[in-house]
Amino acid sequence: MSFNLLATICLAYVAVLFAFAFWADQRAASGRVGWLASPLIYTLSLSIYCTAWTFYGAVGYAARSGMEFVTIYLGPTLVMVGWWVLLRRLVRIGRSQRITSIADFISSRYGKSNMLGVLVTLLAVVGTTPYIALQLQSVTLSFDVFSSTPGDNLREIAFIVAIGLAAFTIVFGTRNLDVNAHHHGVVIAIAVEAIVKLVALLAVGIFVVFMLAGGPGPMLDVIAASPIAEQTIQPERWTVLIGLSAMAFLCLPRMFQVMVVENSDERHLATASWAFPLYLFLMSLFVLPIAAVGLNVLPDGANPDLFVLTLPLEFDRDMLAMLAFLGGFSSATSMVIVAALAVSTMVSNHIVMPIWLSRQQGGATVSGDVRKVVMVSRRISIAALLALGYLYFVYSGGSGALAAIGLIAFTGMAQVIPALIGGLFWRGGTRVGAAAGIGVGFAVWLWCSFLPSFGDASLIPASVFANGPFGLSFLRPQALFGIEGLDPLVHAVFWSLLLNTVAFCFFSLLSFPSPLERLQGAAYVNVFRYTETAPGWSGGGAEAEDLLVMSQRILGAGEAQTLFTGEAQAQGKGGYLPDVTPPFLERLERELAGSVGAATAHAMLMQITGGVSVSVEDLMRVADEAQQILEYSNQLEAKSQELGRTARQLQEANEKLVALSVQKDGFLSQISHELRTPMTSIRSFSEILMQGENMSPEDRARYSQIIHDETIRLTRLLDDLLDLSVLENGQVTLNYSEVTLGTVLDRAVDAIAHSSAGIQIVRDLQSEDIPLHTDGDRLAQVFINLISNAQKYCTVDNPSLRIVVGQEAGRPVVDFVDNGHGIDTDVQSVIFEKFSRGSDPRAAGGAGLGLAICREVMKRLGGGIAYLPGQGGAAFRVTLPRTQAVAA
Amino acid sequence: MEKPGQPLFLARASYRRRRVADAARLVPFFGVILLLLPGLWTTTAGSMIYIFTVWAVLILAIGALSSRLRGITEADQEASEPRRDRPPDG
Amino acid sequence: MTNKRVLLIEDEPNIIEAIRFILSRDGWRVDTHSDGSTALDAIRARVPDLVILDVMLPNKSGYDILCELRETTDVQDVPVLMLTARGQKKDRELAERLGVSKFMTKPFSNGEILSTVRELAG
Repeated sequence: MSFNLLATICLAYVAVLFAFAFWADQRAASGRVGWLASPLIYTLSLSIYCTAWTFYGAVGYAARSGMEFVTIYLGPTLVMVGWWVLLRRLVRIGRSQRITSIADFISSRYGKSNMLGVLVTLLAVVGTTPYIALQLQSVTLSFDVFSSTPGDNLREIAFIVAIGLAAFTIVFGTRNLDVNAHHHGVVIAIAVEAIVKLVALLAVGIFVVFMLAGGPGPMLDVIAASPIAEQTIQPERWTVLIGLSAMAFLCLPRMFQVMVVENSDERHLATASWAFPLYLFLMSLFVLPIAAVGLNVLPDGANPDLFVLTLPLEFDRDMLAMLAFLGGFSSATSMVIVAALAVSTMVSNHIVMPIWLSRQQGGATVSGDVRKVVMVSRRISIAALLALGYLYFVYSGGSGALAAIGLIAFTGMAQVIPALIGGLFWRGGTRVGAAAGIGVGFAVWLWCSFLPSFGDASLIPASVFANGPFGLSFLRPQALFGIEGLDPLVHAVFWSLLLNTVAFCFFSLLSFPSPLERLQGAAYVNVFRYTETAPGWSGGGAEAEDLLVMSQRILGAGEAQTLFTGEAQAQGKGGYLPDVTPPFLERLERELAGSVGAATAHAMLMQITGGVSVSVEDLMRVADEAQQILEYSNQLEAKSQELGRTARQLQEANEKLVALSVQKDGFLSQISHELRTPMTSIRSFSEILMQGENMSPEDRARYSQIIHDETIRLTRLLDDLLDLSVLENGQVTLNYSEVTLGTVLDRAVDAIAHSSAGIQIVRDLQSEDIPLHTDGDRLAQVFINLISNAQKYCTVDNPSLRIVVGQEAGRPVVDFVDNGHGIDTDVQSVIFEKFSRGSDPRAAGGAGLGLAICREVMKRLGGGIAYLPGQGGAAFRVTLPRTQAVAA
Repeated sequence: MEKPGQPLFLARASYRRRRVADAARLVPFFGVILLLLPGLWTTTAGSMIYIFTVWAVLILAIGALSSRLRGITEADQEASEPRRDRPPDG
Repeated sequence: MTNKRVLLIEDEPNIIEAIRFILSRDGWRVDTHSDGSTALDAIRARVPDLVILDVMLPNKSGYDILCELRETTDVQDVPVLMLTARGQKKDRELAERLGVSKFMTKPFSNGEILSTVRELAG
């Protein structure tokens, strides 16, 4: 088979994957998630555990060490089989805390500590890089098998593969900011690859057993006769490897991503608990036969890591070899894609965002979209991670057998386990303990496992191996504390995890956790006992508008506004600004955490609320002692909070009534004022004209003009008053007809065109093509009012008004946003009242009835109008009545 | 794991469900014990047959239990988490 | 009598123009000011013979200005003619309590305002 044909098929395969991913994303975007989030897809997505290492390496491993290879699958099998104990807990917490990654999980458990997040992220980067290099190496080697000139172009192939993978991950992995909004495209691509690699391995296996060996019986004879039969299982390696792979399965960044973050339904675990072990079972069923036959048939120097490929080629089964190649290719690519996705999320949330936040002068409330920063940092991280993997590949020169590198990476990530398990089951675990444990484990792993992996004399001199650093023989990398003769892997796993666990427990016992740590500890450990966690906030001095501004930058304007209106409605208030209550802060923080991680979300809210986080008193709620009494007092507290809220609403209503009565009282004197002012000018100038002596014709004309203008002003006032009174009494007749929003807006803009010099109006004509069944004249009246208001009040140098058409809760909305100074918060609540003219009573030159009329008109039309805070300038949102007809 | 305020004795159905959950907790422990045994043996072909048999038994056992546990998580979730999933295009 | 100065504190341009026309025809010198918050400074800068004060002014009401004026030593004796378009009884009472010299409601006749100005500052 020619190399070029292979490359072509490879590209076609990638194109198919792209198509699948694109199709799934499209489908999910249009709301038809359906079976995209099914237990089957979930199970298949877990198969990224089986990387190229598994696909090619397992056979090589079996050829070298017999049955030991199977430990790598037995660990995950035990974890899945025990899902009721551990995984269910993990997934439940992941979903209730909106966890974005393993680093986020650890950081959130220990008081949303970013220091821990950074530590785990570093661990993940260091542990994932060799793993990615490993995948590049196996893809490259498998290409090389088909090459006519073996050994050439290895680096070029690896380079092209790395770039392709980075592109795929960036395109499908960084579409949504919210990591919890599942990556359907990526998951579907992985599921397809899972099937491909299973089918490929089974096909090769069946070929080997039935075509080459002649059936299961003869196959066992071949195995018994092969060198593999003499490989004995070493009990300590056997045990350590099962444990290690179980731990790695839980905390490898990519596994955590598909298992916890991408999980859309806890019940999928029930299916995966038997289906995934079955997948692993099938994946390993034919490994030993392939290895035995390969050793038997192929020449002595053949690389056992490539038997899956070279066996079919040896017997000229080109199609089978092709399939095997695609299986290996699938294994490598899916692993790299998810690993890059997971690690880039960690890097962006725990390293880039905190740095960016601390460099922002104005803190979290300054305007501007954070989402771009997050997206760009994720994309750069993905590219950087693949670049690192490529460099590692080039530098290490393909050293070592595939399996060895994989196990070293496993051991590295397993350092998270004591903090993870301790955090899940022991409320006494603290931030200091977790940091100490992970730090110590990380250091021991670097010294005993990672650095030695570069080869005996490359990074650590041979003398250090023999005598220890500075002659300290108890620090020899492969014989710590003088214990010699252990297998290096067993040695590294044993010491790193032992010292890690000891440090975690010791420092946890010695240190005292902060209130937030205790709260999060209780939330994790008791995840099944409390349906709701205690609020992590005890109120605070935050302004709802500041919070809205910040949330809009992270969640986007629409989603943030929906969240805020929803909360305001739940509190029994109108408008966009709810009371800043502890439960609201809690909920907001969790929403933000889904996008930028718990630690960053917490830090951002802390900046705005001025650091009023949870207090020790709040912890009483989660104290185990006297649980019942506390529950009772909690109920009382809830009731008193409820009462407090009712009282607040009553007070609000009262305040509004008082304000209204003051306004009713002032109404007569207002009308008097509005009528008398123009009359004064009319009377004075008419008397002047009546006396009429020695007056120039110009003056005469001008004074007549003034009289004329003032009578028009009087008429307009009377019109407005009558209009308002008719609207308020519901006597208005509306002329319903079919119009489109665009034409109504056109009419409004044209009506003011002659006087709208100065203000620039920005519209998006395409979005305005919405059919409406309404009174077009009345709607235009509202728009005219809003546009002319913007003209009058927007006093910046380059005034401009954006007219934005959108959707809110299924209804079309039109936002009028200018770039002026906006309206003060304290005035926002009264601008729709009669004779209210904002802070400057004269600036408008009108009677202050415009917005009151607008409000009444929209009420009659079945829509609404509200002030939209937090948009920079003044912004009004007109909500249109729901249209029956669906837009074409 | 008992919640305060829950009845001391349960109806037959709930009792059964709890014991199913107990069994599900036991499966991994038996799995660990059975799968650590091959470390003591020597022949490759024999251990291969043994391991794959244990493996298959584990899969069947947890498969039988999980289908019944699915119902529990379901009831559990509906009771405690009414609002979980966000709109997909969020 | 040609040197007599009237300071008109009012923000409606048409009313300013009318009063300016009526008074300057009679030989008065009319200065105007239309912002409430700086009105007192304008009065103190060059003390006029009469202040004509509107009630509804931007930023500060005529009542507040009057109140402060009567508490400021160098200008407390300046006569103040107050104009208002609200003209309810309680407005008049409030103004008188604050020490207004004369209180008139809008609209006024030209003769009326002229004679009142002559009476207060003549």
